[in-house]
Amino acid sequence: MKNPEAVERMLADHALIGASLPGAGLPWLAREREEALARFATSGFPTTHDEDWKYTSVAPILRQALVAGASVGDADAAAGLIAALQLEPQAGHWLVFVDGHHAPQLSSLKPLPAGVVLGSLARALEQEPTQLAPHLSALTGQTVFGDLNTAFMADGAYLYLPDGAEVEESVHLLFLTTQSGVALHSRNLLIAGAGARATVIEHHAGVAGAVYLHNVLTQIALAENAAIGHYKLQQESAQAFHVAGIHASQQQGSRFESHSISLGARLARNDIATVFQAEGCDATLNGLYLAADGQHVDHHTLVDHAAPAGSSREYYRGVLDGAARAVFNGKVIVRPGAQKTNAQQSNHNLLLSCDAEIDTKPQLEIYADDVQCTHGATVGQIDEQQRFYLRSRGIDDAVAQALLVHAFAHDVVERIGVPSLRQRLEQILLARLPQAGHLGEAA
Amino acid sequence: MLEIKNLQVRVEQKPILQGLDLTVNAGEVHAIMGPNGSGKSTLAQVLAGRDNFEVTGGSVSYLGQDLLALAPEVRAREGIFLGFQYPVEIPGVSNVYLLKAALNNIRKHHGLPELDAFEFMNLIKQKMKLMEMNQELLYRSVNQGFSGGEKKRNEVLQMAVLEPKLALLDETDSGLDIDALQIVARGINALRSPERAIVMVTHYQRLLDYVVPDFVHVLSKGRIIKSGGKELALELEQRGYGWLEPNPVAAPARAGANGAAA
Repeated sequence: MKNPEAVERMLADHALIGASLPGAGLPWLAREREEALARFATSGFPTTHDEDWKYTSVAPILRQALVAGASVGDADAAAGLIAALQLEPQAGHWLVFVDGHHAPQLSSLKPLPAGVVLGSLARALEQEPTQLAPHLSALTGQTVFGDLNTAFMADGAYLYLPDGAEVEESVHLLFLTTQSGVALHSRNLLIAGAGARATVIEHHAGVAGAVYLHNVLTQIALAENAAIGHYKLQQESAQAFHVAGIHASQQQGSRFESHSISLGARLARNDIATVFQAEGCDATLNGLYLAADGQHVDHHTLVDHAAPAGSSREYYRGVLDGAARAVFNGKVIVRPGAQKTNAQQSNHNLLLSCDAEIDTKPQLEIYADDVQCTHGATVGQIDEQQRFYLRSRGIDDAVAQALLVHAFAHDVVERIGVPSLRQRLEQILLARLPQAGHLGEAA
Repeated sequence: MLEIKNLQVRVEQKPILQGLDLTVNAGEVHAIMGPNGSGKSTLAQVLAGRDNFEVTGGSVSYLGQDLLALAPEVRAREGIFLGFQYPVEIPGVSNVYLLKAALNNIRKHHGLPELDAFEFMNLIKQKMKLMEMNQELLYRSVNQGFSGGEKKRNEVLQMAVLEPKLALLDETDSGLDIDALQIVARGINALRSPERAIVMVTHYQRLLDYVVPDFVHVLSKGRIIKSGGKELALELEQRGYGWLEPNPVAAPARAGANGAAA
């Protein structure tokens, strides 16, 4: 067992709060939780000797004395922060979670198509547990943090789209953490029936300076021809730890889009995976990470082409400054028989300081012969010719650099299909740059 | 306006300019010609402030200031413009942004108010018309996907908008067909005025048919070895550079229009 003290702490925490977690009265869920906890007790926390955690050490998380779960926070006090975080409060459906708990008074849902369910997962476990059981039990690719999530999950969002349901406006899931010293485990479950469509924005933020762990797991099930766009904006507190899993499972002809924007947290780890269970699936995995100072950001992606005629494309960019460190591991598996697969992947990185570090690795495992797979990774610095060109036109050196960084990041931002999110990101990028006012028309 | 004295420049320990002298006064147009590797482009870039050169001796005075002490952006704001031999592509930064930022930075430097969007667009439209450029290019990334000719026209457009005091044009004529050459020449001629000076670095006589220089200089091995009037360019076209070289070892006399490219 690795990190035995930390594991003991987790087990002790579970003994304390396990009975009060949602769905405690459901035998199938109790069994899931127990099994997950048992696996965790055996495996312990990963170390850098584990291939999947080679470049990311969880030791800084374990050094914190974090207590599982948090009391229901002061939602009224959070209201001001929530308002500032909301992209377009009048538009879309808003589900707000404060310190891991659904805050109904801060949430607002518009009328939804018939049969669509959108709300708190904890509440759904009380009201319609049988619908959830097969999905919550079907978590593939078990990981340590996934097991911890299953054992400790307290709440999260539940979206159920019956066949053919189309939700026009975006579904916003806003997670705000206000307390220090807590470990929160949130679970989101998004189920799309045949031909159903929705766009979900998962937004994570924390109060400045708060030290906490948010371990969030989002499961997405796409039936035939369903289309789900998932956007994740991670703006946790600069002292926080963020560990996230996004696990999609795709049926025939379904389309999945994932955009992961990672800006905050001292340490952020994202495992984003999709499995093509049937023919003709399509997946887009895009991402942008900006890290500075001692930030550490890790993306592990997996596209599992387990069926023929699937297409996937993956486009990640990162900008690292100071002593920031980033990891990108892009795994693509083309299973035997998954002919006519088309998979593309690229990861480009811009290093602004000598102390910044990136470990980028494409990982292609191809067991079929009629496939097209491409991948590419680059690591570079500011282009001196571009920089001189801008300066020779009278633009300050600092602005020239910022402009080039902005242009580099913008290439991912412009792929974002939700206008309000794209605009917010523009603002965030601009605010990081000197003479921000001048850059408004950069694009 | 510009006074270069005994300028010596190295690149990676290799001497490129070896005691160059040149004086340019307001109102003058100078052409600098010379064989490949003679230091023409280096001269243009050193004057604009490219920092991968090492100045090991000499001085450059521009409007009474020590030019070499100024950052490239300050040189630009003080009125120096370099038309690049190879204009740089900058994905993600639009042409219109660059033009506006450049122009307003220069105006600010001179205590002038920034142009508002309306004034700015009026100015740009007028200059684009002069350069026969499609306005759609404004919203494209700087030089990205531009043809060779479009890039060079874009350089002259920037110059036309920024109205520099001293324009350094580094082979602005290369890669242009005859129509584009005439448009570019028109852009350059439109800038000629008693307050401005233009220094054109070129391989060929043909640009000089359209932008007639007051002075022609031949650069060889990092020095100006001959200066003259516009007739000198014609003579070079006929005879090549060999007859001027200090050590005419491998300098056969040439005939024909391409002789100057030796």
